[in-house]
Amino acid sequence: MNGFLELFAEYDILGAFWMNIRLTVLAAIGSFVLGTVLAVFRISPVGSLRAIGTSYVNVVRNTPLTIIMVLGVLAVWGQLKIEFFDDFALNFFTYAVIALSLYHASFVCEAIRSGVNTVPQGQAEAARAIGLSFLPAARVVVLPQALRGAITPLGNTLIALTKNTTVAAAASVAEASGLMKSMIEFNPNLMIYIFLTIAIGFCIIVIPMGILTTWLSDKLAVAR
Amino acid sequence: MRKKYISVAALAASAALALSACSPSSTGNGGGETTGGGETQAGGDSVRIGIKFDQPGLGFREGSGDPTGFDVDVAKYVAGELGYAEDDIEWVQTPSANRENALEGGEVDMIFATYSITDERKQRVDFAGPYFVAGQDLLVRQDDTEITGPDALDGKNLCSVTGSTSAQRIKDEYSEGVNLVEQGGYAECVTYLESGQVDAVTTDDIILAGLAATPENSGKFKVVGNPFTVERYGVGLPKDSDQCQAVNDAITKMKEEGAWEEALTKNTEGTGYTPDQKLNDGPEAELESCDA
Amino acid sequence: MKAQATVLFDAPGPKARRNILLSNAVALAVVLVVVVLVLIQLNNQDQLAPDKWINALDANAWANYYLPGLQFTLQSSGIAVVTSLAFGLVFGFLRLAPFGPLRWISGVVVEFFRAVPVLVMMFFLYFFFSRIVAPAGLIDSSDAAYYGVIVGLTVYNGAVIAELVRSGVRSLPKGQREAAAAIGMTNNQSLRLVEVPQALTAMLPSLLSQFVVIIKDSALGYLIGFYELLQYSRQLGSGYSNILQTLVVAALIFIVINFILTWLASKLAGRLSSRTVGDTTPATSTTGVTVGQA
Repeated sequence: MNGFLELFAEYDILGAFWMNIRLTVLAAIGSFVLGTVLAVFRISPVGSLRAIGTSYVNVVRNTPLTIIMVLGVLAVWGQLKIEFFDDFALNFFTYAVIALSLYHASFVCEAIRSGVNTVPQGQAEAARAIGLSFLPAARVVVLPQALRGAITPLGNTLIALTKNTTVAAAASVAEASGLMKSMIEFNPNLMIYIFLTIAIGFCIIVIPMGILTTWLSDKLAVAR
Repeated sequence: MRKKYISVAALAASAALALSACSPSSTGNGGGETTGGGETQAGGDSVRIGIKFDQPGLGFREGSGDPTGFDVDVAKYVAGELGYAEDDIEWVQTPSANRENALEGGEVDMIFATYSITDERKQRVDFAGPYFVAGQDLLVRQDDTEITGPDALDGKNLCSVTGSTSAQRIKDEYSEGVNLVEQGGYAECVTYLESGQVDAVTTDDIILAGLAATPENSGKFKVVGNPFTVERYGVGLPKDSDQCQAVNDAITKMKEEGAWEEALTKNTEGTGYTPDQKLNDGPEAELESCDA
Repeated sequence: MKAQATVLFDAPGPKARRNILLSNAVALAVVLVVVVLVLIQLNNQDQLAPDKWINALDANAWANYYLPGLQFTLQSSGIAVVTSLAFGLVFGFLRLAPFGPLRWISGVVVEFFRAVPVLVMMFFLYFFFSRIVAPAGLIDSSDAAYYGVIVGLTVYNGAVIAELVRSGVRSLPKGQREAAAAIGMTNNQSLRLVEVPQALTAMLPSLLSQFVVIIKDSALGYLIGFYELLQYSRQLGSGYSNILQTLVVAALIFIVINFILTWLASKLAGRLSSRTVGDTTPATSTTGVTVGQA
């Protein structure tokens, strides 16, 4: 335990977790928006959009996030030279957010699609019967119910996303897992305490999310 | 129901098969590579030498062929002096993080892997040598004239490897306004240097020279030649090894015979790199005492 | 899906068909333009040079890098599938145990491993194996990353499977349990002989798609220096300055393998649905219990 408390002064542990939280929030918004668009693509009347949605989900879901992260920096930044900010720290943060959004969008899309499956056909038929065309029917009738039905998988995706923000270490972002690695490297005798600190930090963030998800999915369930 | 148990049994059997298919160290692949195969104990007719496999110019193994590079050449010479033929050498991959462990665990007999002698490491392993004195330096594009040293990096983009202290040193001690990107390896850094996304790559000068000397990179980059730290590359030996003096003698002989110079030139061709004369003849190059 | 989709919109008339055709063309054009722009830029950067691709695809690359790398990716994932299944069964059982404290302890263990990111787990295990286990002489220190990957994948995925077992048993119709009780089975017998076997059969497709998750997560081993497919591809690329090309090849290999496994999982779900009263749909695609980590 000796020297353990000094570690808190020497390393910015809270700052590193704050980075994970910012990554989570921004990537959650990004993946939710993109995932919803993809889900609409996948149920839309236009064949090419359906094809785009399906192939996106199939390709991205089967690619390791590590590769998306590494290739994003290596290819898109290194070769295509797309730069968001001059400042490297901010630039790679943006890259990490985009990589996380792209990856989790495929899971959000699948979650919403599974939610759409819980909406009875009668709802869609009723929407059409009152003269709504595809987009209004999707927006006003189907998606709101689908989202409620998709709370559990969406919550699980959010939890996975939170944990996956650690992979941003591969994109040169200073977050908690990378910090833990260097802390252990320089203080190997304290490795168990360091690990438990970081691990419990994640438990504190993640476990309430799970509880909230369960509570929300019960509360928002559409009575049928 | 019975079918299910059969499939579970099949699953378990395939697992047993997979487990018996061995770990990386015993199959001759991955982390701890042995080219000779089998577990040979130290002191037999063969010697197990730890090198890097992914550092062009120093220790690099192409496919399943023999490794090449300056570290490898020095290792071959030293092994020869110790009475081992080239065929007796088993090359073992020792990544940076694993070097002390590999020596302590007896998985290698000696290590030639850009292994800087430091007091911290001396607590766990012994060192002979140094056989080379490197210094942290910068690699820049061939046509770059602006970057002359670590203090000319303000507002420039610099690449280094995750977890290495060399990039942080520049930020702390020389150019506060430098933009840092950390990558998994130097090969990534070099691709950014080529595409113009970073202006310099930093680590030990000879590692940079080795990277720049590969046929694909030849003529594209140059080492600045203004080293600002001292890294004494030693031969890692297990604690209390009795071979320290013999290794030191071999290194001295190699330098006297000119084989050292030859190996160095061969492995850094086309980069305009010459090792820092002052460092490699000066007090820094003095061999470690083998008494302790 | 098809049926659902057609309810959402009218069968297209001539005008709508024209519009759909038009939007198909526009979408295709947009995709093509993006592809061309990317290729032009890559070409400007000299990344399309034939040499770089040939070196990334020739016999040497496959024999000495991709295949050995793939072997270790599949080997570590394969072992992790089996060990995490064992871990999951044990803790899944314990979470259904009649004895309270046993349930709580296993609950804490499962929740902990589910909440800790696999990468954090692997970083820790890597140091643990290389600094504590290897010096004790139990394993070769060069295998530290290998064991770190396997154990890291095991505890996370094992915890996920424990949850699958528990929810699988819970979601069985309660008639199963009542029937078992009616023929005089004890609680334990009913679990062991009636409920868990059905839950397991129902889980098989989910397990197969968990395999996909494990294979993807094994790529995290790259970050602790485990020589798997991604690491080997990096090493190949370091020598020929074509790391971009080799990583693209590695990504394609991952996608193809995982695609096949995902496809097998859905086939299996169809075949097994007659053998259990449980829900056989692979978890990743519908209920989302096991959303992939990395």
